[in-house]
Amino acid sequence: MNLVFDPSWLPRLAQGISLTLQLTVYCMALGAGLGMVLGLVRVYGGGKFSPLYWLASAYVHFFRGTPLLVQLLTIYYGLPTMGIVLGPFQAGLVAMALNTAAYQAEYFRGAIQSVKAGQMLAARAVGMSRTQAVRHVILPQALRLVIPPWSNELVYMLKYSSIVSMTALRPETWDLFGVGRQIASRNFRYFEVYTLVALFYLALVLLLTLALRWVEKRVRVPGLGTPGRGI
Amino acid sequence: MALLRVEDLHKRYGHEEVLKGVSLTLAAGETKVVIGPSGTGKSTLLRCINRLTEPDRGRVWLGDLEVTARRADLNKIRAQIGFVFQDFNLFTHLTALDNVRLGLLKVRGMGRREATERAMAELERVGLKAKASAYPAQLSGGQQQRVSIARALAMDPKLMLFDEPTSALDPELIGEVLAVMIQLAKEGMTMIVVTHEMGFARSVADEIVFMEGGVIVEQGPPEVLFRSPKVPRTGEFLRKISELYGEAG
Repeated sequence: MNLVFDPSWLPRLAQGISLTLQLTVYCMALGAGLGMVLGLVRVYGGGKFSPLYWLASAYVHFFRGTPLLVQLLTIYYGLPTMGIVLGPFQAGLVAMALNTAAYQAEYFRGAIQSVKAGQMLAARAVGMSRTQAVRHVILPQALRLVIPPWSNELVYMLKYSSIVSMTALRPETWDLFGVGRQIASRNFRYFEVYTLVALFYLALVLLLTLALRWVEKRVRVPGLGTPGRGI
Repeated sequence: MALLRVEDLHKRYGHEEVLKGVSLTLAAGETKVVIGPSGTGKSTLLRCINRLTEPDRGRVWLGDLEVTARRADLNKIRAQIGFVFQDFNLFTHLTALDNVRLGLLKVRGMGRREATERAMAELERVGLKAKASAYPAQLSGGQQQRVSIARALAMDPKLMLFDEPTSALDPELIGEVLAVMIQLAKEGMTMIVVTHEMGFARSVADEIVFMEGGVIVEQGPPEVLFRSPKVPRTGEFLRKISELYGEAG
């Protein structure tokens, strides 16, 4: 077998990597903001019958229950009929952010609910309002707990950002996968190009995972160990 | 005038009526110890006083301020009532200092420097100045409970409520917490303490309140209740817990 790797692919792949990273980082940031609000509403937004709770739940179920690809195509091809025209990058970003927000909402909800009830009681007992208690006591603890599931979601979104290549027609809107596909379709070196693309994804995943591990260690509360370790 | 007045408190959880009309008054500087079998509404009573639990019926006054008033500013009222929990409930992500300081900064609106000074003074009062930068998970149970007492004291409460403050502690750690509470009582703090520590009750309680089945069965000064209770059940219970907790009755 004769493998050929051509260094001239690299600049284009690098540009794809940059776009993939941008998509991932922006969608995760937007998704975290929206997801946190949704998670808070699902926990504190009144009972099962409050409109806020109902809205947040409907959102989560809808965006988790339908394929991301369908959401993207609806936004990219469907919204223009209503006068909303988004470019491939924006459409991809919006679809990914809306989708990941639904998943992240559940991670945030889980993390918030993992904080012991006594924490809220103690905060209220010193005279904090519920908002203050959530902000200064509950969220700082929940945000630490949410890092592991959140890093899972980050890895997913990094890889699934490749769906933007479904709508991207012009070279400047190609992500890592889109660039790879274009190179391979010209020179037919599918094996080499896609292997290289896969390795780049792997490297990005490892890099981001390590970065989050570092954050996790940085914000770890001293003395709070891993339960069960060493038993 | 009474510092705390509780009138006819009722609380029901589902079919179970936990409080069936409890009334009591505390004068400033008075210490009351509440005893009784588990599940008789002692904790519920404490939590109804600062409305961490909403009573179904009855009224509570702190001085001339009605706690149970519909428009009562609960956050303001709670800041004046220190609450110490059985399982400490220190904020796990904050150091001892920050645990004590948080309420000063966010509720009292104190400046950072002033709040730090005040918090350090409170930690010193409970003998834990050296542990200011330790996190709860790095402290023993007794130390955690002392920090939680400091956290409550920092708010300058008019009243302190202790909900079984030593029940979650190893026997050798109980003494250090009781010592802080005894000191407080001597300094004239008004307190209600739910506890089974009879030695503590005898030495600092002005009155012991015996609760069972959601009502106050009997209350009176410790020497009266220990020696000549009016209700036989009171004497029976006192003997039982004195045996259990190693205090000759």
